[in-house]
Amino acid sequence: MWTFTLSILKKFLLLEIFKGLILTLKYFFKKKVTINYPYEKGPISSRFRGEHALRRYPNGEERCIACKLCEAICPAQAIKIEAEARSDGSRRTTRYDIDMTKCIYCGFCAEACPVDAIVEGPNFEFATETREELFYDKEKLLSNGDRWEEQINAAQKLDAPYR
Amino acid sequence: MNFIDNLGLTIFGTSEIAIAIVILLKIIAITLPLLISVAYLTYAERRVIGLIQLRKGPNVVGPFGLFQPFADALKLMSKETILPTGANKFLFLLAPMITFVLALIAWAVIPFDENNVLSDINVGILYLFAVSSLAVYGIIIAGWASNSRYAFLGALRSAAQMVSYEVSIGLIIISVLLCVGSLNLTDIVMAQKDIWFAIPLLPMFIMFFISTLAETNRAPFDLPEGESELVAGYFVEYSSMSFALFFLGEYANMILMSAITVTLFLGGWLPPFDIFPLNEIPNFLWFVIKVCFILFIFLWVRATTPRYRYDQLMRLGWKIFLPFSLLWVVLTSGFLVLFDLLPQNM
Amino acid sequence: MENIVVSTALFYLFSGILLLASVGVISTKNPVYAVLFLILAFINSAIIFLFLNAEFLAMLVVVVYVGAVAVLFLFVVMMLNVSQEERKNRFQKYTPLTLLLGVVVFLEIAYISISDDAYLTELSKTKNLSFKNNTVELGNIIYTDYALLFQLSGIILLVAMIGAIVLTLRSRVDTKKQNIKKQVDVKKSDVIEVVDVKSGEGA
Repeated sequence: MWTFTLSILKKFLLLEIFKGLILTLKYFFKKKVTINYPYEKGPISSRFRGEHALRRYPNGEERCIACKLCEAICPAQAIKIEAEARSDGSRRTTRYDIDMTKCIYCGFCAEACPVDAIVEGPNFEFATETREELFYDKEKLLSNGDRWEEQINAAQKLDAPYR
Repeated sequence: MNFIDNLGLTIFGTSEIAIAIVILLKIIAITLPLLISVAYLTYAERRVIGLIQLRKGPNVVGPFGLFQPFADALKLMSKETILPTGANKFLFLLAPMITFVLALIAWAVIPFDENNVLSDINVGILYLFAVSSLAVYGIIIAGWASNSRYAFLGALRSAAQMVSYEVSIGLIIISVLLCVGSLNLTDIVMAQKDIWFAIPLLPMFIMFFISTLAETNRAPFDLPEGESELVAGYFVEYSSMSFALFFLGEYANMILMSAITVTLFLGGWLPPFDIFPLNEIPNFLWFVIKVCFILFIFLWVRATTPRYRYDQLMRLGWKIFLPFSLLWVVLTSGFLVLFDLLPQNM
Repeated sequence: MENIVVSTALFYLFSGILLLASVGVISTKNPVYAVLFLILAFINSAIIFLFLNAEFLAMLVVVVYVGAVAVLFLFVVMMLNVSQEERKNRFQKYTPLTLLLGVVVFLEIAYISISDDAYLTELSKTKNLSFKNNTVELGNIIYTDYALLFQLSGIILLVAMIGAIVLTLRSRVDTKKQNIKKQVDVKKSDVIEVVDVKSGEGA
């Protein structure tokens, strides 16, 4: 009899619904967890794979030796390299294009690179208004490298013990 | 309202045209704040649901994101109006207008204060009931005219749902009317001078609120929209201003339903107790506060409950609400006759 | 005076729309349009009730006919796709019968307006319904003078409703149904068993 009355009460007083409402009301007053994105940013792992960059040696010489390992390993075939001997006899790229719309950000190119020339930096805010702006050429990639060198270097140092 | 009356009297005099101008001014005085509050209701909804989900909600455009509704409006207005090839052009464009206009004309009879109502008609509550029962046309015409399966399914769902819950809303209104003895909304509010009907008729109050959720197609009864299975229901094919009209109409309907709930159960413009600090607040403000409270519950419920399945919705409407509200009508009238409390104002 | 001119003009406007809408109902090819014209006609007749100060009736016409009956019409018409051909044939088949009906109704109205029978002239006069609250008046008449008839019509409606339910109800055995009572009555102890499993001894 008691359980019967209880079940009737439970149904007609909408107890469960009110329980749920009170729970959500509690959450209404709780501290919010949102990061206020354009003004605040979350931490990024040292292994974060963002926008690509071509690095230089500290003396300013570009690292890439046009071995085309990255082009070969790229699963999305986003990389296109053409190479020639430079006037001083060293092998350098004349063309290094990455189609960022094809890239899947797997990081294989950076893994394959024997001289740590191509890397994926920490930058993830490179949205553009046109598609064409996402077809990166060598110039763009090198300038990326100059721009993010400090962060890339720091990240590689952090990651070095695990390699 | 009285202010506009006096203003009209001093500027235009008492000719027929002057009266028409004064009425026009009154309509603007109701519609304009209403539209602004509709805009801010969309903002409040995103904000409240955000807060409940431990997010912040829109907070970038303007201080606390307060200009967000205007940004949204600008965005919608600058979009292209798309007319689907198979659509019935005339009805397709008519449908959002119906929804929007119906949501606005109902405000003609809502009393904001004593003697502060555009048209204090004898059958106010019936007028509201009639207008809210017409709201289904905007939706069903939109669904049919779009010539799209999703839209049509959404419209059918919505029509069946609104018609079903209208029945129990009608019966609930009857049990309120039994206690008032008049169909006039001002009389209904004045009858609550001693005690708000929400207290003696608490179950009816809760049922009325749940029915208005179904009537305005709000969560947990938002099956007509059902974005997971019907994309967006009856307004899938709409874009730009026609979409905005639907959106405005829907939210104006929410405010309207809250206003009806307040008028029927929460004593309209009356302060909760007629004691010093409370009766100093203007009556109109009390009305606004109560409407905001009900609207907050609308949003709160949306953030809390998952969507009903369609058969559950129909079951609730026909097998629980209908018999229960019918029973309550009988109980109320029996109680009133037994204790000789029937209103004697005719 | 000006007021009367305006209201007469409005009356002719709305009754004109009413007549046009009624013609629309029977002449349009698209059944959905027909129902929409019907709704327009209902709304205009409600407005004409308002001119007679019969606001209760006006609102009832809107609530009952436009808000409920016409919605169901629209519902059915939208879901049935009646082909053009079929409708043409049917239209011709029933034309004589409908014409006969129309003529009979027209003659009746004409007879009322020209005859000098005292009862009929009294009936055809538009009474001035400008008393304060015709809801109260209607209630007083319905529940006193015509209480029996009112109850009878209620019973007829009940019978019709039961009939409709009996005709359409079929109890299906091959469907699974949700037992909501059972679901709501479920307690935590009915469905969850907390077992203390020692480390390394679990299955």
